[in-house]
Amino acid sequence: MNPLVTLRIALRALMRNSMRSFLTTLGIIIGVAAVIAMMAIGAGARAQVQAAFAAMGTNLLILLPGSTTAGGSHGGFGSMPTLTWEDLTAIQSEVSSVKAAAPTLRSNQSLISDENNWTTSVTGTSPEYFGIRNWPIENGAGFTQGDVTAGAKVVVLGKTVVDRLFGKRVDPVGQTVRVGNTPFSVVGVAAAKGQSSTGQDYDDAAFIPYTTFARRIQGGLSKYLSGTVFIQAASTEQTPRALADITRLLRDRHKLGDGQEDDFSIRNLNEVAGAQQQGTDTITNLLASVAAVSLLVGGIGIMNIMLVSVTERTREIGVRMAIGAKPRSILLQFLIEALVLSIVGGIIGVVLGVGIATWLASKFQWPIQIQVDVISLSVGFSGLVGIVFGLFPARKASQLDPIDALRYE
Amino acid sequence: MPIIEINEIVKTYQTGDVEVHALRGVSLAIEEGEFVAIMGASGSGKSTLMNIIGCLDRPTAGAYRLAGREVSGLNRDDLADVRNQVLGFVFQNFNLLSRTSALENVELPLLYRGIHGKERHRRAAAALERVGLGGRFDHTPNQLSGGQQQRVAIARALVGEPKVVLADEPTGNLDSLTSVEVMALFQELQLTGITVALVTHEPDIAEFASRVVVVKDGLILSDERQTPSNARLALDELLAAKAAEGTA
Repeated sequence: MNPLVTLRIALRALMRNSMRSFLTTLGIIIGVAAVIAMMAIGAGARAQVQAAFAAMGTNLLILLPGSTTAGGSHGGFGSMPTLTWEDLTAIQSEVSSVKAAAPTLRSNQSLISDENNWTTSVTGTSPEYFGIRNWPIENGAGFTQGDVTAGAKVVVLGKTVVDRLFGKRVDPVGQTVRVGNTPFSVVGVAAAKGQSSTGQDYDDAAFIPYTTFARRIQGGLSKYLSGTVFIQAASTEQTPRALADITRLLRDRHKLGDGQEDDFSIRNLNEVAGAQQQGTDTITNLLASVAAVSLLVGGIGIMNIMLVSVTERTREIGVRMAIGAKPRSILLQFLIEALVLSIVGGIIGVVLGVGIATWLASKFQWPIQIQVDVISLSVGFSGLVGIVFGLFPARKASQLDPIDALRYE
Repeated sequence: MPIIEINEIVKTYQTGDVEVHALRGVSLAIEEGEFVAIMGASGSGKSTLMNIIGCLDRPTAGAYRLAGREVSGLNRDDLADVRNQVLGFVFQNFNLLSRTSALENVELPLLYRGIHGKERHRRAAAALERVGLGGRFDHTPNQLSGGQQQRVAIARALVGEPKVVLADEPTGNLDSLTSVEVMALFQELQLTGITVALVTHEPDIAEFASRVVVVKDGLILSDERQTPSNARLALDELLAAKAAEGTA
C-alpha cells in the first residue's frame, strides 16, 4: 500500500482531533524549543568568551618581572625589575616560536589638549604592540620603529581619550596633546575595542614609544624593563612551546640554578580562555541535557496519547480492517501519526526556540547564536522519538483482532 | 457454482478451560444473486457463521470457497485483500468514521485498494448517488439521521463493487420505516446481481429475503427458500398509512 496514501489517512485522522493532536505534540514543542534556545544561549556565551579573549590578543603570553622578598614579605609579581631590555631583545631574536614581543610600561598621566584635560593610562610600547593585541590604527599611521629609536614625542590615542579631549567626530591626528609638560603630536587613533570582560574600557588609553616613556615619564632609560612584555606566539599550537622556550631562555640568561625559582612569570592567556570556555561549555551541555530530557518526556507523552487513541479508536481500527486494511497499513498509519505529531512538534519547536532565543537576545542583549546543526539534530531527534514511542501503540493497534475490535464498546 | 460454499465448518473457542463449540459442522451453499437472511437466537452461532463468511475469522476445521477460491487457510493479509475486493460490510451501528465526510467515508475501501484521487472520488460519489445521498457528500455522520448513516455505510460497502454484501443486524438501530427503506435498498442490490447475506433476529425483516437460514446451537436448523415481500411496496404502504394518519 502506498505510503503517501497512508500519510493522507494519518493526516486526516490527526485533523479529526486537532486540539488533542496539538496538546499531544506540546511536549515535543517545548522540548525542542528548550534545546534550541539553550544551545543558542550557550553558543552565544561561548562566542562572547572567545571574543573577549580575542580582544586581548590571540596566542598571547604576558611576561611579568619577578617579585621582591624583603624582610619575609613577598611583593608580588612585577614588584622587582628583573627583566632587562636585553632579555626582550633576546626573546625577539632568539625564540623561533615567538612571533612578536612588545614591552609595555604603564603610568596614569594627565593629557591636556587646547580645550580639555583627561587622566588616562599611558602605555610606553613598540609598534608591534598593536599587532599583538589585534588592534588596528583607525586614523593616522601610528608610530614607527624610527619614532622608538629617536624617542619621538608622538602619541596614539584611544577612542575614549579622543572623545574626552577633542569631542566626538573630530580627527585629532596632527594636533598636539601635552602629557604633563611635554607636548606630543597625535599620530594615530586606535580603533574602538570596547570593554574587557571585567568591564575595563580598553579605549581609555594612550600609547607612546617606550623610549619616550622611559625618558619623559620614568626619568631615564635604565637597564631594567620596569613593566611587562606582551608576547605573541607564532601559532596556537606553538603557544605552550613558546612559553617553555622563553622560560628556558630567561632562566639561562638570569643564571638560575636547578633549585631556584623563576624570577619572572609568564601567563598563558590561551589557557585562561580555554578554561573559561570549558566552563561555559559545561553549563551549555547541562542545560541542553535538561532540555533533552524534556524532549524524552514529550515522547512519552506522545506514546501515552497514542495508546489512549488506539484504545479509543478500537472500533475504527476494526472497521478499517473489515473493509480491507492490512495489519501493516494500520501499523503504518499509527506510526505515521506519531511521526507527524513529533516532527510537526519539532518544527513548531524550532520556530518557538528561535523566537525565544531572538527575543532574549533583543530583550537582555544576550549574545545568541542559532546553530543550524542543532536545529536539524533536534528535529531529527524528535522524529526518532516519534518512531520509538509510536511503535508500541502502532503494533498494539495492528495486532487487534478485527472481530474483537468491531465489537469493542 | 455457488458463490459461497462452506463445508462442515467447525469453530471452537477456548475460553479458559472451557471449549465453546460455536459451530459444529455447518454446510451451506449460497448462489450468486441470492438474498439470504440468517436468523437465530443470541448464542446460536449465527454471528460466528457471519464472521467466517465475512473472512473476519478463520474456521477451526472445514472448507470455505468464496467466489471459487478456497479462503479458509489464508493469512491475515490475504484475508484483508479478500474483504476489500470481494466483500462489502454493513454493521448494526453503521461504524462510520466520525468527523469525516460521507464522501471520505465511502472512499475508504478504495483508499486501501490503492485507487487514486479522481477515480476514487468519482466512484465514491456514484455509490452515494446510488443510495440516494447525492446531495450530502460533505455531511459528517453527526449531521445525518440513522437511516442516512446506514445508507452511507451501504454506499461504502458497494463502492468496491463487491460480489457479496454482508450485513450484521443492519436494521437493529433503525425505526421500522427506515428499516424497510434499507431493506428496499438491499433488494435493489440483489436485482443488480449482488449476493446479500444479512443476520437478523426480526422475522418481519427476514420476510424481505429470498431465503431464510435458521441457526441453532451451532447447527443449521432450517433452510427455506421463500417468495420475498417487496420492500418498495411495503414502504409505499407505510408512507400512505402515515400520510393518512397525518390527515385524519
